[in-house]
Amino acid sequence: MGSLTDIYIPSASTFASDIDGLIVLVAWLVGVWGVLAEVLLIGLVIAYRKREGVRAQYITGEEKHQKAWVAYPHYLVLLCDVLIIVAAVRVWYNVKQELPKADSTVRVIGQQWAWSFVDPGADNVLDTADDIATVDEMHVEVGRLYHFNLEARDVMHSFSVPVFRLKQDAVPGRVIVGWFEATKTGTYDIQCAEMCGIGHGLMPGRIIIESAAEHAAWVKKNTPAPVASAGAAASAK
Amino acid sequence: MAEPAQHAHPEHGDAHGHDHAHDHHDPGFVQKYLWSTDHKMIAMQYMFTGMAMALIGGYFAYCFRMNLAYPGMTIPFYGQMNASEYNALVTNHGTIMIFWVAMPVLIAAFGNYLIPLMIGCDDMVFPRINRLSYQIFLLSAIVLVASFFVENGGFAGAWTAYPPLSAKSQYNNTPLGAPMWVIAVALEFIAFLLGGINFVTTAMNSRAPGMKMFDIPIVVWMIVIASILFMASVGPLIAGAVMLCFDQTIHTGFFDPDKGGDPVLWQHLFWFFGHPEVYVVLLPAIGIVADVITVFSRKKLFAYKTVLFTTFATGLLSFFVWAHHQFISGVDPRMANVFTVTTVLISVPIAEMIFVYIATLYGGSITLTTPMLWALSFLFSFIIGGVTGIFLGASGADVYFHDTYFVLAHFHYTFVPIAILAVFCGVTYWYPKMFGRMMNETLGKIHFWGTFIPFNGIFIPLFMLGLAGQHRRIWSYENFPELARPEMYELRHFATVSLVIMLLFQFVFIFNFFWSLVKGKPAGGNPWQANTLEWTTDETPPGHGNWKDLPTCYRGPYEYSVPGREQDYWPQNQPS
Amino acid sequence: MKPIATTRSATGIPTGRLAVWWVIASEIVIFGGLLASYVMHRIGHPEFGDYAANTATWIGATNTFVLLTSSLSAVLAHQAAEKGDGPTAFKYLWGTFFGGLCFVVIKSYEWTMEISHGFVITTNAFWSFYYTAAGLHACHVIGGMAIMAIISNDVKNNRELQRVELIGNYWHFVDIVWIFLFPLLYIAK
Repeated sequence: MGSLTDIYIPSASTFASDIDGLIVLVAWLVGVWGVLAEVLLIGLVIAYRKREGVRAQYITGEEKHQKAWVAYPHYLVLLCDVLIIVAAVRVWYNVKQELPKADSTVRVIGQQWAWSFVDPGADNVLDTADDIATVDEMHVEVGRLYHFNLEARDVMHSFSVPVFRLKQDAVPGRVIVGWFEATKTGTYDIQCAEMCGIGHGLMPGRIIIESAAEHAAWVKKNTPAPVASAGAAASAK
Repeated sequence: MAEPAQHAHPEHGDAHGHDHAHDHHDPGFVQKYLWSTDHKMIAMQYMFTGMAMALIGGYFAYCFRMNLAYPGMTIPFYGQMNASEYNALVTNHGTIMIFWVAMPVLIAAFGNYLIPLMIGCDDMVFPRINRLSYQIFLLSAIVLVASFFVENGGFAGAWTAYPPLSAKSQYNNTPLGAPMWVIAVALEFIAFLLGGINFVTTAMNSRAPGMKMFDIPIVVWMIVIASILFMASVGPLIAGAVMLCFDQTIHTGFFDPDKGGDPVLWQHLFWFFGHPEVYVVLLPAIGIVADVITVFSRKKLFAYKTVLFTTFATGLLSFFVWAHHQFISGVDPRMANVFTVTTVLISVPIAEMIFVYIATLYGGSITLTTPMLWALSFLFSFIIGGVTGIFLGASGADVYFHDTYFVLAHFHYTFVPIAILAVFCGVTYWYPKMFGRMMNETLGKIHFWGTFIPFNGIFIPLFMLGLAGQHRRIWSYENFPELARPEMYELRHFATVSLVIMLLFQFVFIFNFFWSLVKGKPAGGNPWQANTLEWTTDETPPGHGNWKDLPTCYRGPYEYSVPGREQDYWPQNQPS
Repeated sequence: MKPIATTRSATGIPTGRLAVWWVIASEIVIFGGLLASYVMHRIGHPEFGDYAANTATWIGATNTFVLLTSSLSAVLAHQAAEKGDGPTAFKYLWGTFFGGLCFVVIKSYEWTMEISHGFVITTNAFWSFYYTAAGLHACHVIGGMAIMAIISNDVKNNRELQRVELIGNYWHFVDIVWIFLFPLLYIAK
């Protein structure tokens, strides 16, 4: 099954295909039922248009053989539902419950009205002197498994990266952890997906997914000055 | 039976019930139209207020859709729109359509009008409480509209009003609008709790002699069950509204993490009500559809008891699905699994109900009158709305779809059938009884197609925009390169033009409605040859007390095309 | 003036009683939501126990006794009404009213004391819940008192005696809410 949603939007993360697969499964199942129901609806209206001299039938629907026409379809619906539930729970577990081991951890902060990010820097540890803080732009390395620590400074926000199929509300007073691993390079939208006031539509972000070399170069270039010079001094010894 | 007496003086001290007849005073304008306790007049009050609010809600939609399709444009009949105004418009569009259009028209207007008539009695059990409920409702509408005109304007934090945004004016910038919005909603809740007293007691107790539980028309059952669902779910949100209002006005910290509060608590309180609420409005709508499709297919409702049983099941299950609105909101992820199970399973009773309605058409003798067209379009559209909900109930898929236009298109494919298609179905069907005249069929059909086709033209593009990742409540997509592509704008244009066309066709209805009041063909008592008791009143429109001699009920409401009988309908009050 | 609808009873239950049960049911959900929110907060914030230590349990206990006694008066009023004895029902109705009045007066004293000690509704989340829950309850007590006063005149003249039972049912409900509030706000420390 190809990715239906790839027609609409690229996929750029490891779990995007899981989510797309679930969407396609649901689309097939509900699509068949939906089309069937609509065709039946329209077909019956046409078939039983009022005709001169033909009277409507008197059907109570309480007889067992009559009820069967409704009972069997609804058991089938139940079966389809179970299929969907199993698939949904599996995808949900992979994306939201399981936290694979992180290669790096970044901090994502939503506030009225901008996204800011903290990259752990060359030492790969957050909250050290070499962390790189950015606004609006998030730089990540392709193929690296990131945890993000999501915070909100004021009201509810929501960290949304459509090409990752990633979305997580940011709740003030909490740090919420999620994960992603990018599968291709490129620059894509970051959205805030929870109403957060006047500037809700004015806080777009961009995620810049870079190759390992590009990302290392970016880190080196953006490491804050005192650390860089200390590093240079240390390596000069 | 003694004719119910009529008083022309205000009710204030009249705590006494007099059972002897008084002289008949002719009511003045105020007593008849503004201070009435007659259920039919109160129904009209709710209906006209609801329809007026629909014009406001529809105008808001026009404004913000024009802004989305043509950023920066000076919008005709509005002007230039900024981000803050956009947020207020979408917030109040949603709020108005649910609380001040769908609920008053479907539950209060049809409920008040139909229940006493369909069960064969002269009024609601507590007419003065009925009047009070409308007055509180009107007050709530006034408070809401007033909120648009205070300093900094109306509340703009989405109809879901999540705190801390909704709780602190330093975040929402509407220090007066926000509490006024909460107060308006709370008053509306009180009005409907009061109204529910009448619907439930009247339907349970005041039925015509001989009308057993399963002889009650489905629409009456549906309104009663909806009232119960409403009552059982709104309490926590009333508590929450009090808490939110305190946060807003006296700076308590119920939802403020800095003061030991929890923003997510509001979400639970809101959605615990919010989900049953959609069934509260759905049930009267499908009730109307049931009564209309039986009449115009001349067929008994298929499996009446199954319809009831699936309704109870849906109602009960609806209390256990609420957190599907909160899958990614920061609740414990393990909880999501429980709610995805319940949410996907709720499709079973609903699907069964759709099957039963379709089965009712089988073997029928169908005439495509205007009400029938509306009823069939309801089924057609609601099927789409229902199946697209599954994408959102499946937690893994909802991660992508949450807060996108896919959600919006899904709920408009359920809400528009509920609040618009089913309402027009009911209005065109019962208009002859309410006003004694027939609406014009040709205009009715023009209005129907001019509404139904553009409706699809608005929301199919929105499904596609949602699939492409377009998120909600965004004033302008100019800042998002992936969403500002020309193809995306084409979809927005198509949707917006469709909306404008749909709105223009509503003038056909407005004209037809008022023109038919004076020029419509006189309807007679039972122009559709239906079975239910409202069509048997002595006069049309029914007079005070509805019947001189209240009817007795001899059979169920759907005895159409009974074999061996000459007529293909059999009114409930006919002895044999 | 009453519509015939009011006097019918297909279920066998008088319409007034159905209506009061409906009102009570809706109030149960309102108070239920508020108290459930409080309990969830309490579970998540153990420090609430310390804050709650500052409530005056003995005043709460006195008020519990006052309300229970007033409910007894309401029961006696109902018994009198059943027997058709309007004047006696009137007496006990006002007895219940007086109990409610005591409750409100004692609560005013209690709140004045707490406010003077610096415990106001915005002090912290516990006190926000405390004043909101107890305040909402007190509003319902006052509402019940008002209804009793309004119906008492008719009752004295042996008219609409069924209303005594109805307001009694409402009053018992208000009492039961307090039975839940008292341990949650005063005892759990």
